[in-house]
Amino acid sequence: MDPRPGDDQAAESSGAADRRRVVRDAAGTAGQVLLAAALGLIIGAVLMEIAGYDWTRAYQGLWLGAFGDPWSVADTLASATPLILTGLAFGLCFRAGYFNIGGQGQMTVGALAAVVVGAYIPVPTPVAVFLVLLAAGAAGAVWSLTPAFLKATRGVHEVISTIMFNWIAFYLALYLAFYSLNDPQSAERTVRVLPGVRLAPLLAGADATAAIFIAAGIALALYWLLWHTPWGYEMRVAGLNPSALRYAGASPVWTINWTFMLAGMAAGIAGATQIIGRPPTYALYGDLSNLGDLGFDGIAVALIGRNHPIGIIASAVFFGALGSGARMMQIMAGVPLDMVRIVHGVIIIALAAPEVWSIIAKSLVRRRAARTEPVSAQAPNSPARR
Amino acid sequence: MLFSSLLLGALHAMVPLTMTATGEILSERAGVVNIGLEGILLLSAFGAVVGAEAGGPLAGLVVGLGVGAILGLIHGVIAVYFRGDQIISGVGINILALGLVAIGIVWQWGVAGFHQVDRALRIPHLVTPLGSMSPMVIVTVLLAALTYYLIHHTNLGLQIQAVGENPAAADAAGVRVERVRLFGAVYAGALAGLAGAYLSIDWLATITRNLPAGRGFIALATVVFSRLNPFLAVVGGLIFGFFDGLGLLASTSREITQVVPYQFIQMLPYVVTLLVVTGVIGRARFPAASGQPYRRE
Repeated sequence: MDPRPGDDQAAESSGAADRRRVVRDAAGTAGQVLLAAALGLIIGAVLMEIAGYDWTRAYQGLWLGAFGDPWSVADTLASATPLILTGLAFGLCFRAGYFNIGGQGQMTVGALAAVVVGAYIPVPTPVAVFLVLLAAGAAGAVWSLTPAFLKATRGVHEVISTIMFNWIAFYLALYLAFYSLNDPQSAERTVRVLPGVRLAPLLAGADATAAIFIAAGIALALYWLLWHTPWGYEMRVAGLNPSALRYAGASPVWTINWTFMLAGMAAGIAGATQIIGRPPTYALYGDLSNLGDLGFDGIAVALIGRNHPIGIIASAVFFGALGSGARMMQIMAGVPLDMVRIVHGVIIIALAAPEVWSIIAKSLVRRRAARTEPVSAQAPNSPARR
Repeated sequence: MLFSSLLLGALHAMVPLTMTATGEILSERAGVVNIGLEGILLLSAFGAVVGAEAGGPLAGLVVGLGVGAILGLIHGVIAVYFRGDQIISGVGINILALGLVAIGIVWQWGVAGFHQVDRALRIPHLVTPLGSMSPMVIVTVLLAALTYYLIHHTNLGLQIQAVGENPAAADAAGVRVERVRLFGAVYAGALAGLAGAYLSIDWLATITRNLPAGRGFIALATVVFSRLNPFLAVVGGLIFGFFDGLGLLASTSREITQVVPYQFIQMLPYVVTLLVVTGVIGRARFPAASGQPYRRE
């Protein structure tokens, strides 16, 4: 098997030594991610310098746009909300050894379901919000279960099938938004959802709504599922060693379907948060622009968050900050919004080869050891040092 | 008339799929899987337009090929020498290419998202009984034949098959596993680069931030369909290409779009790809060590 970032399974066993190892592994992972992020920002700066932009001013704008005032922070959180969920859609499958590149399509059909249920079914408010989330989750699950089924029964590789489903969802949504769900009063968007299901801004005039708590809650629930239930255990075993799963008597087919279903639900709900949880539109744009590339960005979010639900929350906030900061970067330094996408790409390529980082880390440790040798000749993790 | 334009459409749509798939077949034979083909198509399509505007269509093809080869090299170094995760690296290439091209279009032409390629900079077409045909159709078939020969009838091809099936045994027999695999990755990148150039300075004659529109992934489906045989990649490319070309043709015909909304016509190639892959895949067998990094004991 190729190396998967699954070091944290040590969390199962107790004992101080294990706990220390978990902390050390987590710190190592965080260090790798921070180094990769720094590399991404440096290459971004180099590119801006070459293209003649003032990159110091651009990064100043990035910071102000992301964290400059309470509204910027709210903006960051609002951008992070769907990314947590699409990140989970990829990360959960990755944990189980599958590549769900279909978050984009699953999110798109989720958004469609949210518009239909949110706009046409009048029920009391708390029930209505729940119904919208349920419908969006179910739609996303339908979109992810088909590739799972094709993989389980026909051996169709999920990278191919989920990409095809993305495109089918894209054109289906374009069609429905234009012909079936369009608002007669406004050509550029669908009908708006009923006021009862619209989540209110947390801060007057800001973008963030209670949707951020829904997303974070789902991430925590999936964390609990992965590390504290037998089903989650089976999913992780499927990712680490598929034959062990079979020998243990668990059904791989069942695990595929179960994992993809949960992933599709998360992505579907991501679509719903863009409809009911993002003022002021509360509708789907005819060109799907309020969905953007959130599903694809979720892949990057998950990889940078090391496919761990808690890591995904952190990395979604990082991405949200890049997203909301990019607008200020454009205003202050004229840098196009897509600059941040280059930063994403560099970070992910840098993270693809963890051995590079361990080679660097080892040479650093060796150099430090050589320097401190006269004082302490012990190996870094000998008991005395602890 | 309709028949010849449909056939010509299929041939033209076959080129990027088969050419990309052909390179990837060799690479997967050697054990390197690249799902970043979509990004390579996109970035080399952009590079080709820049090259063609600087030095004509031939320069465009060369730049496209070069950009593809460099991206293939980056992927290969990560996969082979750093023993990185090939899927993650491929995803990274896709995202990086999207960002670079989206910004590159703004930098280069000062427009957001769309630039038309001048007619004079396009690859000159051949006059055939069917109509005006791109020479790249012939190049594609020749490349498929060449690749087949390379894999099955040369010493290098034997080494490629060996490092894909059993790198440890190949290593013991004195094959330079890393170099052969890196060659595969660069070869796949270069062919995808040529296909990307064809998209922008020949067939579609534009550059947009989403020019390949999933064709990199349909090429991966073609690889699966072909069971790693370049000749079958030509057949697969023609099947997928037929529906791709049909979609392009039908969405510009008013009589058809009045009956079937254009969104559903556009969906066609993706639906067909799914159906075909579902139908054939059970029998495919891939090299044992494909996608796996090799670690010397």
